[in-house]
Amino acid sequence: MAKHRGRGVAAINYPIGMNLGGDPSQALVHSNPSGKFTVALSSIDLGQGMKSVTRQICAETLGVPIEDVYVDTADSDTGPHCMGSFASRGTHRVGNAVMAAAREARAVMMEAAAEELEVDAGDLETDGRGNIRVKGAPQKSISVKDVAVAAQFRQGKTISGRGIFLVPLSDVDPETGEMSPATCYAHACLIAEVEVDDETGEVAVLKMTSAYELGRALNPKLVEQQLVGGAWMGMSHALYETPEPYYPDTRNGPRDFNEYLMPGPGDICPHDITVLERPAPDGPFGAKGPGEMCANPVLPAIANAIFNAVGVRVNELPITPEKVLRALKAKNGAPASRFR
Amino acid sequence: MLEFRKDIFADERDDNLKEVGRPTQRQDILGHVTGASAFYDDHRFAGLLHLKILRSPHAHARIRSIDDAAAQRAPGVKRIIRAADVPVNLNTLLSLIQFGKDDEPSLASDVVRYKGEPILGIVATSERSAREALALVRVSYDPLPAVFDVEEALKPGAVSVNATYPKNTFEYYGKYDHQKLRYGDVDSAFGQCDVIVEDRYQMSPIEHAPTETNGSIAVPDTNGRFVVYTSTQALFFSLDTAAKINAMPSNQLHFIGGTVGGGFGGKVDTLTEPLAILAARLTGAPVRYRLSRHEEMQFGSPRGAERIYVKDGAMRDGRIVARKVTAYFDSGAYTRLSSYAAVKCAAHIPGPYTIPNVYGDVYCVFTNRTPATAMRGFGVTALDFALECQMDKLATAIGMDPIEFRILNAYRDGDMKAHRREAKNCALIECCQVAAEKANWPIREEYRRMSSRRGAASAPHASARPEAPRRQPAPAPVQQRIPYDRAGEPPAPDAPPPRPPAPPPAGSSHGATRFSSVFGTRRR
Repeated sequence: MAKHRGRGVAAINYPIGMNLGGDPSQALVHSNPSGKFTVALSSIDLGQGMKSVTRQICAETLGVPIEDVYVDTADSDTGPHCMGSFASRGTHRVGNAVMAAAREARAVMMEAAAEELEVDAGDLETDGRGNIRVKGAPQKSISVKDVAVAAQFRQGKTISGRGIFLVPLSDVDPETGEMSPATCYAHACLIAEVEVDDETGEVAVLKMTSAYELGRALNPKLVEQQLVGGAWMGMSHALYETPEPYYPDTRNGPRDFNEYLMPGPGDICPHDITVLERPAPDGPFGAKGPGEMCANPVLPAIANAIFNAVGVRVNELPITPEKVLRALKAKNGAPASRFR
Repeated sequence: MLEFRKDIFADERDDNLKEVGRPTQRQDILGHVTGASAFYDDHRFAGLLHLKILRSPHAHARIRSIDDAAAQRAPGVKRIIRAADVPVNLNTLLSLIQFGKDDEPSLASDVVRYKGEPILGIVATSERSAREALALVRVSYDPLPAVFDVEEALKPGAVSVNATYPKNTFEYYGKYDHQKLRYGDVDSAFGQCDVIVEDRYQMSPIEHAPTETNGSIAVPDTNGRFVVYTSTQALFFSLDTAAKINAMPSNQLHFIGGTVGGGFGGKVDTLTEPLAILAARLTGAPVRYRLSRHEEMQFGSPRGAERIYVKDGAMRDGRIVARKVTAYFDSGAYTRLSSYAAVKCAAHIPGPYTIPNVYGDVYCVFTNRTPATAMRGFGVTALDFALECQMDKLATAIGMDPIEFRILNAYRDGDMKAHRREAKNCALIECCQVAAEKANWPIREEYRRMSSRRGAASAPHASARPEAPRRQPAPAPVQQRIPYDRAGEPPAPDAPPPRPPAPPPAGSSHGATRFSSVFGTRRR
């Protein structure tokens, strides 16, 4: 009776956006007369940070400070249509729509500034701190606030923009499955280290080391929360969770969190994450989206680590202690450690 | 610990940005951490009524009769909602994008097809009154045989679950009971390969387990409109679904959502809004319909179970030459979104690898269990589990290091995928290299020099790599200082032996940026 350590690896890719496309999102951007911008969306912030990434995209595109942009979401009377927050589509689809709307609003803002400064709009640039200035002659400048006042009360211009992003719906060939499922993919490789108790069948995850390629990481903190939380969910899927523990037998289903098992804080392991950024050609600033895929490599990596530790393959999820013990029994116990 | 490797693919990015890439604090974080953010259920209304649902205790039964006379007289009961009250009592979620046929009633009238299927609603002045009145409803059932296993459901003579799809499978393109993927010739490839690994994988259902259960509050507004506060993760999806079921113009509905206590795919199904709106219409009062934890766990749709058979064939040098997959999505009693996931699954069958012969059949199967729905990684999570376990078994069978085996077979820019689109913007190889380096997992120099980019260091068996239509190799881009990016350089004739494991990196390395982390440590 002993505890055995093992390491396992898994590598994955993940399609961004609804499969086959055909899932549009719209955005509206407008300025009030103080040069403060509102982004109107109907998209949902589930906690993933939709409001924050779209705010950053809008500020970057407009060339104004982040404090001057506020994102208003999830009101069907004010926010234009969005397919929804699923399929890892928020950053990519909604981000692109916001970028398009912000570009249109920026063009009006620069025209209004050009009229005030009596120069050509093509000679102007934003400094990202709330001013618009003449390229090469930064002393000749005007604040975004003054431009907004002038546009509203003197020039009669709306500093506003509309944006939509749509990946056209792909056909599917019924005979071959030929199709365009997605325009870009995120990638990951994850190594899990586990300890398997051959007496109880319990599996403890000791450490995870991963590399995720997500296109441009628009906000590293939001990427971190997704990757950390996603790995926890992956670990939970691998070892703990199901409402039908003896599927397809429907009995013994849990009714609450006392009966539905998930790892607690003490079961969460250190996770060493590295992020790579290969920009998606059609992503907003090259972004893809880490939302769904971050849970996926954890499940097989843990299964493969269990094999490395005790030499058994459990092909049914979740890998409960009962399944590990049954597999060990069928194999007459665990072989000597092959830890790599 | 989170580290960025800005050096990799640096030549494809303009990092000179002001707001993008910064760890800006979330716009909504102060509200979240101080408890001030309003979730749907934080809205208060005078005269709020509560909707509770009578659910089937049987997995499959004919409803002979429903006697709700006693419930109607129970204290606090304002209204009973029956199947006949639902204006359009048959819907399928993806009818909004013209995919699939209406197959699911909001309230069952003649047959119940899963344990927990809604039959009747009671609107009362409190949740307790509603629950107590539910206990007074007498339903007489004729239990019917049920089917719970996806392969049993496909056998001739199996119990028919879903009246719209009597053969227990979703219908694709008006003629097939599954989604196909066909590329190359798997059978002749299997005949020629050195190693075959074949296995069966099963993923059980998984509950989304959001902190906030599904729910909504529908409030009568002026001019015949209704304001609906909702936990949905797809505002217009839910609005349009609710409008269809209630036969209302969509502009009579004003949906307000936005701060959601966890979704993970489980809040797309619009489980509560249509009946909450109907109840508000029938009573003229604001009505809340929220799932209890028990309902959420057992009757709120889960990630569906998937059964996946995989057969892979490889050569002794490590190349995978053929893959055959048969997958069954357990959709439960109705379609919801599983039909969509089966198509997504078919496209994903080769995973991130270049395989010249691929054959896939993916079925969306109806059984007498709670309808399944989307969940994080929908259509892909279970397949990735199966494929990556296969990759480990193949590497073991061939005697290759599992990371080198993945790098060898990884797709590169310009490779042809089984769904007949060229791979581009690939980065699997680089992820494998970085993960191996960080975990001190030794891989050989030639594998550390490979690249996802065309014209970069090639695979060791490049001439033997599966041939597929490809773009002309691009000229080698200007490269950077680290091994992964050494494009164009052929592997050194005498590749040095694997380097000893590097010590764990101390502090920043490779010009990488580190961010503090929120990780726990193990208790042991």
